[in-house]
Amino acid sequence: MLFELNSASLVEWSRWQFAMTAIYHYMFVPLTLGLSFLLAVMETMWVRTGKEEWLHATKFWMKLFGINFAIGIATGLILEFQFGSNWSNYSWFVGDIFGAPLAIEGLFAFFLEATFFAVMFFGWNKVSRRFHLTATWLVFAGANISALWILVANAWMQNPVGMEFNPLTARNEMDDFWAVLFSPTAMNKFFHTVTSAYTLSACFVIGVSSWFILKKRHLEFARKSILLASVFGFLSILLTIFTGDTSARDVTRTQPMKLAAMEGLNRGQEGAALTIIGFPVKDAALPSERMRSVEYGIAVPKVLSFLGYHDFNAFIPGIEDIVNGYTSHDGKVYPSIPQRMANGRLAIEALKTYKTALEENNGLLAQEALETLRENYPDFGYGYLSSPDEAIPPVVPVFYSFRIMVGLGLLFVLLFVVSWWYAKKRKFHKFRIIPYLAIACVPLAYVASQCGWIVAEVGRQPWVVQDLMPTNVAITRIASGWVITTFWMFALLFTLLLIAELSIMFSQIRKGVKE
Amino acid sequence: MELDILQHYWWILICILGGALVFLLFVQGGQSLLYTLGKSKEERDLIVNVIGNKWEYTFTTLVVFGGAFFASFPLFYATSFGGAYVVWMLILFCFVLQAVSYEYRNKKNNFLRTRTYEIFLMINGFAAPFLLGAAVATFFTGSPFRLGEMHEVEWMTPWRGLDALFVFTNYFLAFAVLFLSRTLAALYFILMVDHREVQMRSRRQVWYNAIPFVVFFLLFLGFILAGKGYAINPDGSIELVPYKYFYNLLEMPVNTILLVIGVVAVLYGILRTLMSPQWQKGIWFSGSGTVLTVIGLLVIAGFNHTAFYPSSTDLDSSLTIYNASSSLYTLKAMAWVSLIVPFVIAYIWYVWRSMTKKAVNPEALQQEDHAY
Repeated sequence: MLFELNSASLVEWSRWQFAMTAIYHYMFVPLTLGLSFLLAVMETMWVRTGKEEWLHATKFWMKLFGINFAIGIATGLILEFQFGSNWSNYSWFVGDIFGAPLAIEGLFAFFLEATFFAVMFFGWNKVSRRFHLTATWLVFAGANISALWILVANAWMQNPVGMEFNPLTARNEMDDFWAVLFSPTAMNKFFHTVTSAYTLSACFVIGVSSWFILKKRHLEFARKSILLASVFGFLSILLTIFTGDTSARDVTRTQPMKLAAMEGLNRGQEGAALTIIGFPVKDAALPSERMRSVEYGIAVPKVLSFLGYHDFNAFIPGIEDIVNGYTSHDGKVYPSIPQRMANGRLAIEALKTYKTALEENNGLLAQEALETLRENYPDFGYGYLSSPDEAIPPVVPVFYSFRIMVGLGLLFVLLFVVSWWYAKKRKFHKFRIIPYLAIACVPLAYVASQCGWIVAEVGRQPWVVQDLMPTNVAITRIASGWVITTFWMFALLFTLLLIAELSIMFSQIRKGVKE
Repeated sequence: MELDILQHYWWILICILGGALVFLLFVQGGQSLLYTLGKSKEERDLIVNVIGNKWEYTFTTLVVFGGAFFASFPLFYATSFGGAYVVWMLILFCFVLQAVSYEYRNKKNNFLRTRTYEIFLMINGFAAPFLLGAAVATFFTGSPFRLGEMHEVEWMTPWRGLDALFVFTNYFLAFAVLFLSRTLAALYFILMVDHREVQMRSRRQVWYNAIPFVVFFLLFLGFILAGKGYAINPDGSIELVPYKYFYNLLEMPVNTILLVIGVVAVLYGILRTLMSPQWQKGIWFSGSGTVLTVIGLLVIAGFNHTAFYPSSTDLDSSLTIYNASSSLYTLKAMAWVSLIVPFVIAYIWYVWRSMTKKAVNPEALQQEDHAY
């Protein structure tokens, strides 16, 4: 079988450990990405105008930034090594491509962040104003460059490009760095993720400022912070929506099964409708128990086709079509999943034969095997599936997460518009519902953020590399007891640290702004 | 030919990162000395803040070390982190403890209280250099693993890396790195702390830690130079050859000279500090000496047809810079990326100098706008 299939328990614990560590890390990353920008803008205002209120504002938000940044680093460390520790088969199979963006992230971004973070925090009395301001901008740059490279890596998993399989080394090898960096999947993912992070940061600033308004403290500081954050947030959410649209079009082409799961779409249609809301439930009448029927669905006709292809009548495949084989809107013929599984098995066997033929110095057999391998390699990963059902991701979490994310995104548009008006017109004594809404949007922004990742990562299952490697052969072969142990070790530690972080954060907010 | 050059180039970069990492473990050394040097809260605040704006360098260097290995020698990344799973998880766990402790230690309502974060720092201070030393020692002493036909790692014991602690030679390097980190920390405090008692205690700690460091380091060096090493035969097979690392020293004289310069610099920094009570610049000699020494050691681990990550149970599964590296294309692409390294070193150096102009005392700390 070349790669051996691992026990379900080991696979599940490995997946849960990665999910847990990634979810924890992503609780803190967005605020680093976006608040660093707001800090840089506020500090720029101070340097330009000399007005102390901007200095005090910068220092207040910077304290919160520091509290968040520390735990962001803490939770990020294990991710850098977890590809090797828990996904070692994956690390060899695709490391030639995947390792590069991770190394570049470290070299380009982490050192920049680490170095200038120290200046930002400790350099107020040690360096000039301009140098300090530069440092703050460089922290923003470092954080976002870091996001770029890790998202390039993640995008590559979703849509592997810029590489070729080398049968001699039995691994994928990069042959086009620029294709990896500028892959449409990578570009969409990067801009969508960072703008959503900026949106979260804006919600955070507005929420905290709104709390001060409710408490009748630091009103002018709160007002200015809300004005700045609501403009930033409004532009960010618009870009998030725009890049969400371009991402969806990319997913339509590169991961049609993910789109079908997002929609709970079982049977494909031309002029497919977009389901606004509904309840995916089990249905014994469906051909697979992994499929769901969407009940009480409210759908808008043709919109899904438009979102996917900018053509109201385009064909969008459902889960059944993908399983049974179909022709896409742009004319590409997709074989059925059973056919792809057979192709995959041919590719796996051909690789084995090729290796044996080389050992036996049988040039002719090696050549034949190589041709078979090349022809069937695009379906290599399917050869490790034991049934077509395994190609279907969990529909329920993907369906709901997508809707929660989009719904909240629209709520944030409203939040930014209303907050801006509220602050501009100084309506602090009336419309107190607005600051309450703003405060509620802080945790909701985190929920939306995590939902986005659930769509991206649960929706790509069973693939760790789309079509080429399923999760169950990617992991490290190890006694599941060790993974269970490390899962709980880190889960406990991160939870304790999260409680500490929240406690410190609330305390620091309550302390208020030096005026 | 090109691939060969790039594989060597990347091993050099790994060695440089490794050297930088061991030097930067002075931060961990300082953490392990927290209660030894800091008898009051004020003193501990001073110590934490003196190393506090450097802690991220060690952390980041560790992360980049891992990332660089992934990009340049992905088979090592997969084999070591997946194989020696438990040891790496313990190392990561203790670094996670460190990462929040500086920021949260003195904060109001920090949930776990100052003492707990200080214990976290101490755990990281002791465990990180020790475990990293043990892990790196296995580059010389070997690990019990085998690679399958798809290069997947099969670890031959259930201990997944803890077996490094069953090989006594590994303890020599583990303790050497631990005591070195404490020695470097003491030297750093001598330069950077303007506090009479902490200075005096630091000078004593140079004695207490430099001696075991030298002893353990010499023991480690002695055992590996006198022992067998994992040589790559012309046909690619691996063979245990007596005095292999010693021959590497003889056959790579430039590296050996750098190694000797490194060792001399380390010892000079320590000895002059001990002999001259007014002299404070020991850290610069011992620190740069550490970088050179570690580079020299890692070069003899991987150059001159030596398996840098040997298997003690299945010789031919051993990893070399030839069989563990990325493809020619990736190594080339990453070589272009590595052109940024001098620029990174330059801005780190510039900021380090700007931020660390003079020694810190409690009064100066009080006036700081932000402190840990």
